[in-house]
Amino acid sequence: MTETKEPATTQAAHYRRFIERAESAAAIVSAIGSFDEAVTYAINLCQERPLNRYAISDEPVDTGGLRKIIAAPSLSEAEYGLLREKCKAHLIDCIESGMRDHLNGVDVGLSYGDLGLAETGTLVLNCPDEELRLATMVCEYHVCVLPKSKIYADGYDAAEQLRVFMQDAPTYTAFITGPSRTADIERVLSIGVHGPLELHILLLED
Amino acid sequence: MPETKSLKTYRKECQESLDNEYLRSALDKFAVAYRVGRDKAFSEIDVDQLVSEVAEMKDETLKSLDRYLEQFTRKAEEAGVVVHYAKDADEANKIINEIGKNAGCRKVIKTKSMTAEETHLSHAMIAEGFEVTETDLGEWIIQLRDEPPSHMVMPAIHLSRYHVRDLFSEVTGQQEDEEIEKLVKVARHQMRRKFVEGEMGITGANFGVAETGSIGIVTNEGNARLVTSLPRVHVALLGIDKLVPTIGDALSQVKVLTRNATAQPITSYVTWVTGANECGASEGERKEVHYVLLDNGRREMVADPLFSQVFRCVRCGACANVCPVYRLVGGHKMGHVYIGAIGLILTYFFHGEENAKHLVQNCINCEACKDICAGGIDLPRLIKEIHTRIQDKDGQPLPSLLLGKIMRNRKLFHTLLRTAKWAQKPVKGEDGFMRHLPMMFFKEHDFKALPAIAEKPFRDVWLEIKPRVENPKYKVGLFSGCVQDFVYPEQMIAAVELFQDHDVAMVFPMEQSCCGLPVQMMGDKKVSKDVALQNLNAFVGEEVDYIVTLCASCASHLKHTYPILLEDNPKLAEQLGDFCDKVIDLSSFVHDVLKVTPDDFDGDGKKVTFHAPCHLCRGLGVHDAPGNLMRTAGMDYIEAAEAEVCCGFGGTYSAKFPELSAQLLDNKLNNVEDTGADLLLTDCPGCIMQLRGGLKKRESETEVKHTIEALAERRKKKKR
Repeated sequence: MTETKEPATTQAAHYRRFIERAESAAAIVSAIGSFDEAVTYAINLCQERPLNRYAISDEPVDTGGLRKIIAAPSLSEAEYGLLREKCKAHLIDCIESGMRDHLNGVDVGLSYGDLGLAETGTLVLNCPDEELRLATMVCEYHVCVLPKSKIYADGYDAAEQLRVFMQDAPTYTAFITGPSRTADIERVLSIGVHGPLELHILLLED
Repeated sequence: MPETKSLKTYRKECQESLDNEYLRSALDKFAVAYRVGRDKAFSEIDVDQLVSEVAEMKDETLKSLDRYLEQFTRKAEEAGVVVHYAKDADEANKIINEIGKNAGCRKVIKTKSMTAEETHLSHAMIAEGFEVTETDLGEWIIQLRDEPPSHMVMPAIHLSRYHVRDLFSEVTGQQEDEEIEKLVKVARHQMRRKFVEGEMGITGANFGVAETGSIGIVTNEGNARLVTSLPRVHVALLGIDKLVPTIGDALSQVKVLTRNATAQPITSYVTWVTGANECGASEGERKEVHYVLLDNGRREMVADPLFSQVFRCVRCGACANVCPVYRLVGGHKMGHVYIGAIGLILTYFFHGEENAKHLVQNCINCEACKDICAGGIDLPRLIKEIHTRIQDKDGQPLPSLLLGKIMRNRKLFHTLLRTAKWAQKPVKGEDGFMRHLPMMFFKEHDFKALPAIAEKPFRDVWLEIKPRVENPKYKVGLFSGCVQDFVYPEQMIAAVELFQDHDVAMVFPMEQSCCGLPVQMMGDKKVSKDVALQNLNAFVGEEVDYIVTLCASCASHLKHTYPILLEDNPKLAEQLGDFCDKVIDLSSFVHDVLKVTPDDFDGDGKKVTFHAPCHLCRGLGVHDAPGNLMRTAGMDYIEAAEAEVCCGFGGTYSAKFPELSAQLLDNKLNNVEDTGADLLLTDCPGCIMQLRGGLKKRESETEVKHTIEALAERRKKKKR
């Protein structure tokens, strides 16, 4: 009994701390029981938020008649199938590749986190895959699913795992803590400069 | 970047900053908010431990720098990166221009990089026909104004939302709103197209990780992610000092870097790029990636045994955040490209003596930077050392030469002080202040009343009052320093009285002189050494338990600088160690050694506040003893805001930069007056001179005294 009790308690402490720290970095954190819930969450969010596109040429932006987009490049076939089905029902476009054709903006990026660091409420995404990388950068709202078991105390605790990622070069490893922010004008904190305006973390029971 | 023609021009430029109301209020607010935020960010962390770990790691890395460089290069190359070495700024810029041309790029997008600022990369690229866009919001703002950054982390801290509104309105061709949220969105929209069109991305790097060949970039906005992902070419320019052995080492640095820089536990993004990643914009599917490793004076710097510690700098900018002078004049006057205390040092190594020679004099030596440094670098000492080196090379200016000549000879110095007493007669008032100053010498000194030389120096009084103490508990040597000896002997007398009550036997070696800090501040190291030796010899052979001084600056200088000044003479090591160990400041002696109790005093509940001298709180690490003593002595102690911020005296600094000294004093006195205290105490005669002079000028009722005077006045009279 005592053997399993201690780690379980520690894991619970990491979990609580992760939530507290992520929220203090302005992330929106929820617990989910299955991936289905993540799909529902992403679709609801996509519907609630306004559609926004950027001018990337001399042509002015015309959002009239455009459909919203959810980009989810790194899901399993089954997961992506489920997402595609539900998106279809809600008249939302769903993509898993071709991000470079959508640099004028996508609404929601849906991804999996590889690790969580409780100390700072940080998500770690190892993304050698360019599609995944771009989806998490260019989207207006980033929804990231993190299995609870992947939460570590801090960077030192996760260092070995990080080393494994980085030794399999080339790769691109992102630490993401809350949404994009700046305080460059009068030191006033503003959310959403070049990256996502919101970061939603869905902690998946596993 | 300040013009560097003459010290006078530089002072004039500083005055312009002082007159810039927006800058002043922005930096004031920042200085206060930063402290609060940083304390919170470190609340669960042993900062000193973390800082010493980072320092040790960097020192170890430096010892094997070439090995780590080789490892980093090899790993990066294995992962498809082309690695270049640049010996100086020109070479780095040339390499990067070549890369751009060879790849047929024209549109360049950049992230914020102090190293690229150091080499003036953007200018060099624009001159070659590249279109360079800064993508960091603050950097973009100053690029639109064609200005250098005014802070290493917040480059546009000197500008208001109104400045930004006007700039952005020009860019978009329509009137923009000044609401900050909206301005940020303007940048988001304008920049997206630049990201998409960028053919070449240029970043700096906070780390080069040797074990994996990765670079680490610490940012908040998300622009670095786009700059390293979208264009088909990526160039990272990094100094060789950015090397760390392992990813774990980089993570320890992140831990201190973001907390110290912006009081964030971590930034929104920390991006680790390892090798030439997949890139849809490239023909071969892999991005073209180059690392340019820059020397530009770094190897020369780290080869110097004293300056090698600069290698530990993580570029957090905290030394500017806490610098009282930076707070007054801003980054454009407190640095050349690099800003704050570290900026003064790096300017000398990276941008030359000409650009550094006036800047290095604008350090008040309050040690706030040393106290906050993420790498534990002794910044004030290094700044002073550069000042000395420049002076040794260019020749001492006349005032410094004169001071040196006088200080080297104690008898001459003391004779001059005694003579000054007579010379000041016609201008001395009844109240112990100089009525009129000889304006010729001191016209800018008019912000405070200066004290007069005392009738009788302490060394003369001592012969008359030297007490006999039967069965002493302690035997102490008194070190008066020149101000308490010749200007405020009453403070020494108060100490003698209180000590006598507590059965302390005292000696006052007559051969002691000025501690030497003023000459040190003038950059004259030779005289500084001579004076140190004189004082050491004065106390050799005196069998004392402690050497007590009432001046925090003297105490800190005797204790911490003498071992450095006299380190080249191993014969002195034992005596010197013994001497330094015994040096103690007044408050610590009374609080920790004599352990006075409320029974020793007749308290009167007087409202009192305290100014913590720089060399007491930071120099000696004494924070609580004075406040505790005031309460013990039955006074009503009210802590002033920013009690540990410099009063602006800084010894000879106040003569060199009187305008800045005056403003620091003004800030200090506002905080003091806000407490409503009738009495202001402090533990340094220099501070007393500054504070008393300032309050007198304000016609304030608040009195200024040395802590010992307040204690001695309230002590219960004992039978002798």
